This record gives sequence, structure tokens and C-alpha cells, in this order.
Amino acid sequence: MSTPYDSMWEKLNLDLNAHAGLLQVLGKFYGDIYLSQSGRLRGMEYLDFVLSEVHGLRIKELQDAKAHGKKVIGTFCVFVPEEIVLAADAVQVGLCAGAEAGKDAAEKVLPRNTCALIKSFVGFKLSRLCPFIESCDLVVGETTCDGKKKAYEIFADYAPVHVMEIPQMKNACDRELWRAEVLRFKDTVEEATGNTITTAKLSEAIRLVNEKRRVLQRLNRLRAASPVPISGRDVLLVNQISFYDDPVRFTANIGKLCDEIEGRVRAGAGITPKETPRLMLSGCPMAVPNWKLPYIVESSGAVIVGEESCIGTRNIRDLVDESGKSMNEMIDALVDRYMRIDCACFTPNTERLEHIVEMAGDLKVSGVIHYGLSFCQPYAMEAYKVEKALKSADIPMLAIETDYGMEDVEQLKTRVEAFVEMIR
Amino acid sequence: MQSSVNVAGIDIGSRSIELVVLNGGGLVHQAKAPTTFAPLAQCEKLMREVSAEKVVATGYGRKLFADSMSRMDVSTITEIQAYALGARSLFPDVRTVLDIGGQDTKVISLNPAGKVAKFEMNDRCAAGTGKFLELMATALQVPLESFGEFALQSDKRIQINSMCTVFAESEATSLMARGESPENIAMGLHLAIVQRTLAMLRRVGMEAPLMFAGGVAHNSCVRRVLEDQLEERLFIPKNPDMVGALGAALHGRRLMLQS
Repeated sequence: MSTPYDSMWEKLNLDLNAHAGLLQVLGKFYGDIYLSQSGRLRGMEYLDFVLSEVHGLRIKELQDAKAHGKKVIGTFCVFVPEEIVLAADAVQVGLCAGAEAGKDAAEKVLPRNTCALIKSFVGFKLSRLCPFIESCDLVVGETTCDGKKKAYEIFADYAPVHVMEIPQMKNACDRELWRAEVLRFKDTVEEATGNTITTAKLSEAIRLVNEKRRVLQRLNRLRAASPVPISGRDVLLVNQISFYDDPVRFTANIGKLCDEIEGRVRAGAGITPKETPRLMLSGCPMAVPNWKLPYIVESSGAVIVGEESCIGTRNIRDLVDESGKSMNEMIDALVDRYMRIDCACFTPNTERLEHIVEMAGDLKVSGVIHYGLSFCQPYAMEAYKVEKALKSADIPMLAIETDYGMEDVEQLKTRVEAFVEMIR
Repeated sequence: MQSSVNVAGIDIGSRSIELVVLNGGGLVHQAKAPTTFAPLAQCEKLMREVSAEKVVATGYGRKLFADSMSRMDVSTITEIQAYALGARSLFPDVRTVLDIGGQDTKVISLNPAGKVAKFEMNDRCAAGTGKFLELMATALQVPLESFGEFALQSDKRIQINSMCTVFAESEATSLMARGESPENIAMGLHLAIVQRTLAMLRRVGMEAPLMFAGGVAHNSCVRRVLEDQLEERLFIPKNPDMVGALGAALHGRRLMLQS
């Protein structure tokens, strides 16, 4: 089947057959998990469209931007300051790494007991399946875990990579390290783009990214209503798309979606009855198209009202202080904001435990599902502490460890359903 | 509810299907069949023998059953809930339920009121379950029913390190090549299951009294070694593999009373 994008994909050197297969699977998966929902908001049509054009129109936009001299910078982590990229007039895309498609290729160069996310981004590159990666002029890695850190060394054989060193503690010297890393990143981006980041540009970028965070915060406030006005799956999708859509257009469209939800909440309407058990997800990020667990949860008689995750609140909780005037003040504001991220790579990481308990209370959930990707040591270790913290707040937790494969779906269903029966 | 109303519970597991029919408070029928590769046909066969106003299905096949038996009034519950309900009715004080079935192991912790407080299940692999015992019994050419007794005839305890069924089999083979007696190897395999089960019990934070159910509770060696290591008496129902079906039927009775 030919599409209007075939020649573009060919120019990007994609494996066209395998890529067509991937799109077909993705389309079917999306239909089953998303389009089958009832009572969906009209505003989700924008997200449906963006997702249906994920490798099409969005990639064409990137190519057009590149034709006008813009650079495309790919990232994998919420630590990479998008403000710097935007201030240099470049486009930032969060690379997804949520599918199993390139697993075989990845396992040729990575140990098998590597987490699915790492296998995914390496696999996508080696199998030539991702037009985003192929559009990138620079890919930014980071040292959040040993697996990623070492995988970027291998990835760098295939694409230009800049790795940011993420501190592992939050002392003054760690902040100094992070500040130096943000400045080094700024230099790299300026060099890659040929553009100088001015105070005016940076100030505007800070405001722009804050706007995106604000609209997502508003979405999270609205969805907390009872009955729940929007499915957890849909909010996850919004968060996923926030990483690769044009930020201005995205913010405007999610604003409209929020207006619609506001009307629904005012009318007391919801997608599930008021008594439906409310659950929160916590843990590893769920990248496109990793919708497995949310789908299982919401097919088991519960509804998800929060994602304590990088593709969720970790990415949007904190804003950058907008009062900075000089370059130094703005860099300091960025450094402080990003140092507040409660990633499991930090030790100790008590903020995360506090955030989880607070969030579970605010959202009035009857339980938390902790999601860990197999072989993700930092989150697997923290699951124990999270459970203890939640227990002292009388909130039950179910720990799930899985990957992108489908062979454990039935076992997961039994666990999740039993958990829902337990908390009901 | 009239006492003449029959309520059925059916537990469709990976290896076997159990059926329990209750009328009022009393058990009127129970039956068991292997799951085979045609579980629905097996369910039909079991159901043909009985009439029930309400059926509750549990186990891996619960959805399949509910979707296909449209002529009946079918609800579903998970095997966690079913075992909790069944165990509690057989032994009202029970606080921990251990169920080792054909392809999974469950530990369920109940609060003093009998509600599920926490549970653990083994991961996607069937290591340490009934299937493991079945394959190892076959490898040692001992009938599954007498595998426990066979292992109890061992004269020393050797350690088998592999929990993976495939690796454990090759470990058993190399032990045989070294002249180790099959009884001792069988004991080693049983010990391996118990070690894995103990770890799971501890994770849940086991409290006594403890009930051991599921098909593997028939195995005298697993029972004996577990009791030794726990220094705790295990409560084992007369029909340990029927507990899930019983719990499902009890849930059905509750639903009938509510309606």
C-alpha cells in the first residue's frame, strides 16, 4: 500500500517494508485501545489525528523545518531542557521508545537483560524504523541509569549523540555539576544550530514551555473530578504527544480539550460511574505506543486518574521561574527547576515518596499500581519504599513488572482484576 | 433466596477444571476434568450434569467461559478472590492462603475480617508450580500422584539450584549421571519448590493460620517440607483443588442474595 509519504521515508532511509508493518500494527493497536472507547471527548480528535500522522505529517513538518535551516534535536529524558533547544530556534522531539519492533536487532548489540525502553531506542535505530530518529541532527542522551549510559556509547556509532551527566544526589556540588552540564548543553546546541541563544529568546522559550506545562497541569486538575471526565488512557496519550508535537499548537489544542472537560465536569458527567474505583499509576515512563497496562487497568473495572511518571506529573509539576532577566538568572532558574525532578536515579529520593503519597491523597485514589519495566533497577528498588510509604497512608499498592511483550497480558489481567476486587 | 436454587462455581485453570454446585448452604455436586486443549468443551461436559440458576467462573478461562455461555447467567471473579472466599468458608480463622496450581503460585493474605489485604503471584514463568512437578516426575519416570511419596524416601538432601524447568531437568540429568539416587534428586526438586514458595510467603508477610490449597497440596513431600521449614501446621482441605470453585460458588450465592 503506497502513501503520500513513501518518498520521504525512502529519503530518510527507512526499511520501508518493516516500517509499513509497524504502522499497520500501531493502527490496529490504536483502534482497539483508543477508538473503541465510549463517551470520548470531541477534543481527542486532535490527538487521534496527531497520532495517525505520527510518522507522516509530523515528519513532513520536521523535514520542512530542516529545509528552512532549522535543526531537529531528539531526546529521551525529561532532564533535557527543552527551553535551550527552543531558544536556539531548533525543534525538540521526545523520541518514544515504547515498541518492541526492533528488539531482535537490539539484542545483537545489547545484553538480553536490558530494559525494554533501551532495547526499543537502539532497536529502532538499528532496524531503520523510526523517522524521528532519522530526522535528528543531534540526539541527546543522559546518565540516568547505567543501562542508558552505556547504550548511548553504542548508539553513538550510528547517530550524533551528546550525553548530559545527570547528578545522582542533590547537594550544592551536584547543583554545580548540573549547572555546568546545562551550560555545556547550551554550547552544543548553539554550535549545532549556528544560532546564539539570546536572553530574549531564552525568556520566550521559558514562557512557552511553561505554558505547555500549565495546560497539562490544568488537564490534571480537571480529570481529578468525580465522576472522572476523561479516561486515563487518553490523558496518557496527551502526555505522550506533548513530547513530539509542536508546542504552541499542542498547548492551544489541549486548552480547547480542557474547556470541553470543564463543561463536562460542570454537568456532572463522566466516562464511568461515580463509584468506579480510582487508581493511580506510578513508576517507569510509558512511551508511545506502550498502552498495555492502562488498557488492562481500565478494562478491569477501574479508572486511572493520575500518572506519577516522566510521561506524566514528573514532566510538568514544576515550572521555571519566569522572573529572570539576565542570562545567568535564567540559567539558574532552569537549573533549579530541573534539579527538582524526583527521578529514581537520585539517592536519596524521598521527594518522590512524598509526592506519591500527596498525589494519591489529592486524587482520592483507592490504590496505586507501581509500574516497573523489567530490569529497571532504580524503579524496582524504589517500589519497596513506595509501598511502605503508601502503606503508612493506608493506600494499597500493587507492584507490576513487565515489558512491551504481550505474552503476560492474561497474568497481568488476573493481578489487576484481583487488585480492583480487593480495593472495591 | 429459596433453598432449591442451585448456584455453581467453576474454576477453569491451566491444567484442570473444577465444578462445585451449592444449594442453600450445602454442597450438592462437585466434579473435576482435565483442561485439555478444548477447555470449553470440557466445561460444557461438566455443566451438562447440573442445573444452576447462577454460575460464577474463575481461573484463566473465566472470560472465555463467560463470553461463550450466553445461555447462562455468568459472572466472573479472579482466582485470588475465589480462593480467599473458599478458604475462609472452610477455615474461618485463616489469615494466609497458599495456592499452588498447574501454572501459578499465589499467596493471599487476609485481614482478620477475611478480606484480601495483599497478594503475590509468580511471574510469567511456571517455575515452582504443578507443571514443574509434572515435568520432573515424567523425567524421573515416576507417576505424578506418587511423586511426593517417592521423594520422601530419600536419604539425603541435595540442592538443586535451577528453578527453570528446562535447566532443572538438565541438572537432574547430570546428577543422575553422577550416580545420585532418583529419590534424592526428587527430594532436591521438591526442596527447590518449597524454597521458592517460602520466599513468596515471606514477601506477603505471612500470618498463621495458613491454608495450603491447589492441586500441589496433594503432594505429601511439598506439604511435609513446608511444615518443617515454617514450623507451622498447614491446614489442608479435603479437596484442595476445589477451593477456587467453592469460592466462586459462594460468590454466586452472595450475588443471588443481593439481587
